[in-house]
Amino acid sequence: MKRTAIVPALYIVFLMLPIYWLVSMSFKTTNEILGGFSLYPRDFTLENYIVIFTDPVWYTGYLNSMAYVSLNTVLSVACALPAAYAFSRYRFIGDKHLFFWLLTNRMAPPAVFALPFFQLYSAVGLFDTHIAVALSHTLFNIPLAVWILEGFMSGVPKELDETAYVDGHSFWSFFLKIFIPTIAAGIGVACFFCFMFSWVELLLAKTLTAVEAKPIAATMTRTASTSGYELGLLAAAGTLTIVPGAFVIYFVRNYIAKGFALGRV
Amino acid sequence: MNKTVNQKAWLFVLPVFILVAFNAVIPLMTVVNYSVQETFGDNTFFWSGVLWFTEILQSERFHDSLGRQMIFTFSILAIEVPLGVAIALTMPRKGAWVPVCLVLMALPLLIPWNVVGAMWNIFALPDIGLLGYGLNAMGFDYNFTRQIGDAWFTLILMDVWHWTSLVVLLAYAGLVSIPDAYYQAAKIDGAGAFAIFRYIQLPKMKRVLTIAVLLRFMDSFMVYTEAVVLTGGGPGNSTTLLSIDLVKIALGQFDLGPAAAMSIIYFLIILALSWVFYTLMMRNEES
Amino acid sequence: MARITLDKLGHSYMENPVADADWALKQVDITWDDGGAYALLGPSGCGKTTLLNIISGLLRPSQGRVLFDDDDVTALSPDQRHIAQVFQFPVVYDTMTVYENLAFPLRNRGVDSATTDKRVREIAEFIDMTHRLDDRAKGLTADGKQKISLGRGLVRTDVNVIMFDEPLTVIDPHLKWELRSKLKELHQRVGRTMIYVTHDQTEALTFADKVVVMNEGEVVQIGTPVDLFERPQHTFVGHFIGSPGMNVLPCTVDGGKVYLGGNQIAVANDAAQGGGTAEIGVRPEFVSFADNGLPATVVKVSDAGRHKIVETRCADQTLRMLISEGVEIPADGVKLAFDTANTRLYTDGWLAGSRSAGGEGR
Repeated sequence: MKRTAIVPALYIVFLMLPIYWLVSMSFKTTNEILGGFSLYPRDFTLENYIVIFTDPVWYTGYLNSMAYVSLNTVLSVACALPAAYAFSRYRFIGDKHLFFWLLTNRMAPPAVFALPFFQLYSAVGLFDTHIAVALSHTLFNIPLAVWILEGFMSGVPKELDETAYVDGHSFWSFFLKIFIPTIAAGIGVACFFCFMFSWVELLLAKTLTAVEAKPIAATMTRTASTSGYELGLLAAAGTLTIVPGAFVIYFVRNYIAKGFALGRV
Repeated sequence: MNKTVNQKAWLFVLPVFILVAFNAVIPLMTVVNYSVQETFGDNTFFWSGVLWFTEILQSERFHDSLGRQMIFTFSILAIEVPLGVAIALTMPRKGAWVPVCLVLMALPLLIPWNVVGAMWNIFALPDIGLLGYGLNAMGFDYNFTRQIGDAWFTLILMDVWHWTSLVVLLAYAGLVSIPDAYYQAAKIDGAGAFAIFRYIQLPKMKRVLTIAVLLRFMDSFMVYTEAVVLTGGGPGNSTTLLSIDLVKIALGQFDLGPAAAMSIIYFLIILALSWVFYTLMMRNEES
Repeated sequence: MARITLDKLGHSYMENPVADADWALKQVDITWDDGGAYALLGPSGCGKTTLLNIISGLLRPSQGRVLFDDDDVTALSPDQRHIAQVFQFPVVYDTMTVYENLAFPLRNRGVDSATTDKRVREIAEFIDMTHRLDDRAKGLTADGKQKISLGRGLVRTDVNVIMFDEPLTVIDPHLKWELRSKLKELHQRVGRTMIYVTHDQTEALTFADKVVVMNEGEVVQIGTPVDLFERPQHTFVGHFIGSPGMNVLPCTVDGGKVYLGGNQIAVANDAAQGGGTAEIGVRPEFVSFADNGLPATVVKVSDAGRHKIVETRCADQTLRMLISEGVEIPADGVKLAFDTANTRLYTDGWLAGSRSAGGEGR
């Protein structure tokens, strides 16, 4: 077993190389970058980071991203919880079709929806708001959250519900006090996935914002295209977008292996 | 689990239904609406029937980007699924290193897609990127912005870098859920490594692998941001995948009709292929 | 087929065991004869599964040797030891049919298909699975799956020992009894050595010819079910086996005589060698009402079918007795007598005068 561990080790090295390159470039001056190839920053500078933390164009982008991602995660999981419960416990007219229809939305390419979304959210006066991005991301996050949570809930025996009712719990007191803690791991995993897909998605986020709610990642591309090739700045901004993701993974690290099995294995 | 019939369950589903309907049905109607009309840019529309559909389906441009899309999707599936399973199999089952490995592996999944593209762009630049410089130093004539082969190589390598971890994590989750007794029984029954894989690990991983293949299929078919940032569809149109082409038509040229028709065809292709995948992989389960 | 000898076996899950408690398995010496039906009985965490895994080769002991006949197999892997094991939770190969499951151990060992086929059908007959040979193993019930696990062990002709690790845990209660008698019947038919690990005394006592009772990583007694019941070597055995268990009453020893609350009690064993803490062990079955004896008060009477369990206070201690349904319980001034032949003195937990930790306790 020890010898075969070389495979994952090599894989991790492969994963880290581009990240190393990005981080290393973020500490280089523009001159050093354009001057030629260097394996590590010879002329170590924090200049790029200082620009990002002092220029509101940059750091508000950060805050904007955080705002709509959190909003979307809460919205998606909160709506998905009762729905997933319904799918895992009850049969009702059209349940299978509804479930399948929800899943098909996970298959809808954002590219298809970019333009109609722009028109829709402009029409309802939500263009360039955090809510617009958060709402648009529920398109693919709600189906995913329902799917994941349904898996976890189906793993919880129905006897739990029945025992709780016998013990005199009302539905909501059972749901909030007993059921939700039982599937806490599932909720964690669902939140993780919602955060992840909302954080990394850019096409819709960019289409639906202009100034007020512009995500950090969009600021990056616009800077890259307007003010020439400021690679150092770009690299620093890129490095900073990795940080929240790394934090989130760190918090769910204990759920990763088991939680990814989506409850039903 | 036997479920009870309860029509009130619809109330639970209602919030989800309203949200998704708002997000999916209205835009979809808009798309359908555009796809059957002709406009000359002054907000007047004319009925055009299935004109755009036939035009798209017969256009060489669409065939080409669909072909490129297929090549891309099936290449990355052929690489990422076996590679991911192999890595998951060689991962230690327990130990202090496991959480560290998992966190590091999950890292690429949480990087915004345009940052992934930008990162790989910087990484692969022939003059100042580690990969580009390294390959050239080793004697390969590598330039992903000019040579079609290099562009494809970089594109696929980037996707492998970005998404193999998803397969690893899912497969690993399937593996650790196998009780020790199975391995012990197999040992006692004299099963070799291959028999253990074939009769214990693979069957137990089947469900998560189905999820992995489906997710990877759908997402690779929709890939846009990373690819655009990395190659911009070039050199020429050589790496213009379906979604890149679609955005070019819709937002670049503002050809609403053809773009809408193409959107619908695109969506239907994903739906159909996902369904085929799903039924194929679940067929054994049923019997 | 082999005699199994465990020679000074010890195991610790820690790197450097220091204290006594660090050892999951203290020193164990046992010899199991070929073809016997044995049970390993003890509460959870007493080390019985550890011992089982050492015998099967899934675990390497920290010290000591495992011998099959005269061969040292301590370093061999499970498949080289020719053993079979039935686990707590049924292990079947889901994607295979019942037939393929049974054939699997033979095919892995390169046995030709004609022989395999013959063996599989023979064993299927044994375990009543002939009619389900072509079904997917996945669809079987828990008891069916356990039969398949057992069948995979029986199908090989070279098996030295078949081990069962709490095999009835997930079986429905009404099927437990059936499967248990099936196992007993199979043992008589195939004549293989079988070791049955359980914490359930009924399972152990009905299955085994000889029971090994373990507690806290130590073997406390090895004996037939009758031995364990009538002549417990340790208060743990007395208390663990029997329902209710043996009364264990702290007492004093003075000049070779045993006193309980000031009354002298006659015991079957030699009290002269007493030392340390002294306790009297007497089973509820061997306590009766008498005209002359220990004064006691009745606290509670509970009906257990054909018997009554009477809980009394005697010499400031709780003492249970088992009486037949017809026996009258005196109203006042109850006096109790112990059956001398079945009343024993224990010192430091062990039967006084026959200290034989881990040994052949006869």
